[in-house]
Amino acid sequence: MSFTRLIRIIQLGLKSLLLHKLRSGLTMLGIVFGVFSVIAMLAIGEGASAQAQKQIVALGATNIIVRSLKPVEGSSSDQNAGGSPRYGLTRTDFKRLTNTISTITNAIPVRELPREARYLKNTMNCRLVGCTPEYLEVNHIKVTKGRFLSDADQDTRANVVVVAHEVAKDLFPIEEPLGKAIQIDSIYYTVIGVTSERTASAGIGGSLAAQDFNKDLYIPMNTFRARIGDEIFIPKQRGMDSEYLELSQITLTVRDVSDVLRTADVVRGTIEKFHTQKDFAVVVPLELLKQADQLRQIFNIVLGSIAAISLVVGGIGIMNIMLATVTERTREIGIRRALGAKQRDIIEQFLTETVVLSGSGGFLGMGLGLLTPLSFKVIRWFTLNFILDSRPGALSETSRMFSEMEPSVALWSLPLAFGISVGIGVIFGLYPARAAARLDPIEALRHE
Amino acid sequence: MTLAMKLAARVEDVKKTYDLGPALVEPLGGAKQELNFAPMGADEGRILVKALRGVTLDFPEGDFVAIMGASGSGKSTLLNLLGGLDRPTSGRYILDGVDVSQMDDADLSHMRNQKLGFIFQSYNLITQYTVLENIELPLHYRPGYPPIGPAERQWCLELATKVGLGERLDHRPFQLSGGQQQRVAIARALVNNPEIILADEPTGNLDSGTSNEIMEMLTSLNKEGRTIIMVTHEPDIANWARRQIVMRDGVVFKEALTADILRAAAAAPAGEPVAAH
Repeated sequence: MSFTRLIRIIQLGLKSLLLHKLRSGLTMLGIVFGVFSVIAMLAIGEGASAQAQKQIVALGATNIIVRSLKPVEGSSSDQNAGGSPRYGLTRTDFKRLTNTISTITNAIPVRELPREARYLKNTMNCRLVGCTPEYLEVNHIKVTKGRFLSDADQDTRANVVVVAHEVAKDLFPIEEPLGKAIQIDSIYYTVIGVTSERTASAGIGGSLAAQDFNKDLYIPMNTFRARIGDEIFIPKQRGMDSEYLELSQITLTVRDVSDVLRTADVVRGTIEKFHTQKDFAVVVPLELLKQADQLRQIFNIVLGSIAAISLVVGGIGIMNIMLATVTERTREIGIRRALGAKQRDIIEQFLTETVVLSGSGGFLGMGLGLLTPLSFKVIRWFTLNFILDSRPGALSETSRMFSEMEPSVALWSLPLAFGISVGIGVIFGLYPARAAARLDPIEALRHE
Repeated sequence: MTLAMKLAARVEDVKKTYDLGPALVEPLGGAKQELNFAPMGADEGRILVKALRGVTLDFPEGDFVAIMGASGSGKSTLLNLLGGLDRPTSGRYILDGVDVSQMDDADLSHMRNQKLGFIFQSYNLITQYTVLENIELPLHYRPGYPPIGPAERQWCLELATKVGLGERLDHRPFQLSGGQQQRVAIARALVNNPEIILADEPTGNLDSGTSNEIMEMLTSLNKEGRTIIMVTHEPDIANWARRQIVMRDGVVFKEALTADILRAAAAAPAGEPVAAH
């Protein structure tokens, strides 16, 4: 088929479609929204997975995280009779790991506790983290003011604290935090540094809640042990509950990404040997990354399929209209056949009309799809400011995910959606076109 | 009028049978089924309508033939076969020296486009197209699909002028009178310069004055050397032709030159019908 002929039949198709502008427009809408939803769904899927990926990368691909888990109540535990129940990682575990596994280049013991911090009248519920200076590097934390903990702080068990961005903002709304003393329990700590704002990372150790570094207070590990200790008392309705925990977490860094999985197995084996109960979890961000990638693909396929259904529905709409058109234009088909149009010419004419219809619908849908990030922002702005705003506490974890997500249009989805819409034109146009071509010219000419 | 001896078209013992499906052996309610058509024969329990039962006709080049007959006589079937819109059940149809009776759809379409021009009773223009676009239409289906260039446009303009519609090129069919629409159809029939023009009751929807104009136009086309085969049931219109063929029950009932018929009519007493009709 020559190019000029192609142009001619496309012109013919356009002309026929423009004769019934409303009908063609409404038929096209089905495809417009189908293509739009395919692109939008994929963009949102892409945005969600990009966010998840960002959180996991924040955990560090060469890291292995070992966390203490509180065993299920009532299960056997090696508690001292009358003493606090013991569980979790110990300092012995830490030494054993660092001394026996050669691929580990860095190891940080971490102890965490929820504590209230106070400065003058301002209070805030924070996460008190006892750690070593390496914590900064391993968790990709940046210090905006002052400095992070040093080895000297560690050795002298200094009462110093590095506060996270949000803590600094809440406790020191107008003042300069550096050099001020904040109160945690009954002890005062001097603020020596402020960290920068940081996106929450994926939840670890089986918890779904994202790790939020913005409410952290970092104090030296040795200071933690000296001032707070291993045994923690928690006020209960009647009396006190207590627990004995040496380390909340050990963050291990290995030399190379390829060593991560092997080392994780060894770490698991080493700790298991000395723990009678399942009171720890090994989290490998690399594994999470891989899982997230698989999840992303499944997510995209599911979202894409849902959107594809609307494309199919649009295609059925087109077929319906084209069948009606064929009946309506039986006489015209008869005339064209009498004047020398072959069956193939009629098929081409009607198929072109369908493809022009679905193709231009696909084109418009593509344009709408490109606006997805913008329209998503508008919807989000409206939702956050007018719907969730009026209900305090409605801003849950999920809605925070919603508020932080940035949908991004996958470039490959544009030609894909357009191609599918043209394909749908061909598939759903073929039957009406063949029906038109198979009309008996004599009958068609007689048709009123 | 002398005719070239070359044949434009020839049909040889052409038969056409329509199969209307299985016959109703046991009519509903036990009453004898009244059929609104005459079953010409039943074959293995099927109703077969023999529309043409062996027709042999010659159409010399430059002839002007009127085919007449009552409805159901087979004249429309014959015209459809001549027009390549249908294939005979048996027999041969030779057009321009080629047997086209068993051609496939694509070749038949090609033949309709190149060798035949159609004029219909109801004009059959495409309503959403302008006069010029309607005249151009057969050009779109020329073999090999050559592009429509300025030369072709000029040719369409000439044809429109020839049929007296040079001023109305941008009008659409509904803006034209019946006679004007039929002229567009004539121009359209001429656009691929066919040898044979097939006219199916070309004046059936027109008043007598306009009918005469259209017939004058056809006559002048015939004088240019084109073969015209026309179906009509009006004797006045048939009298414009050189030769008249009367069909009855699927066969040629009578064939005569118009001159002879008119002579016979003049000789016969007034009021008595002319024998041919």
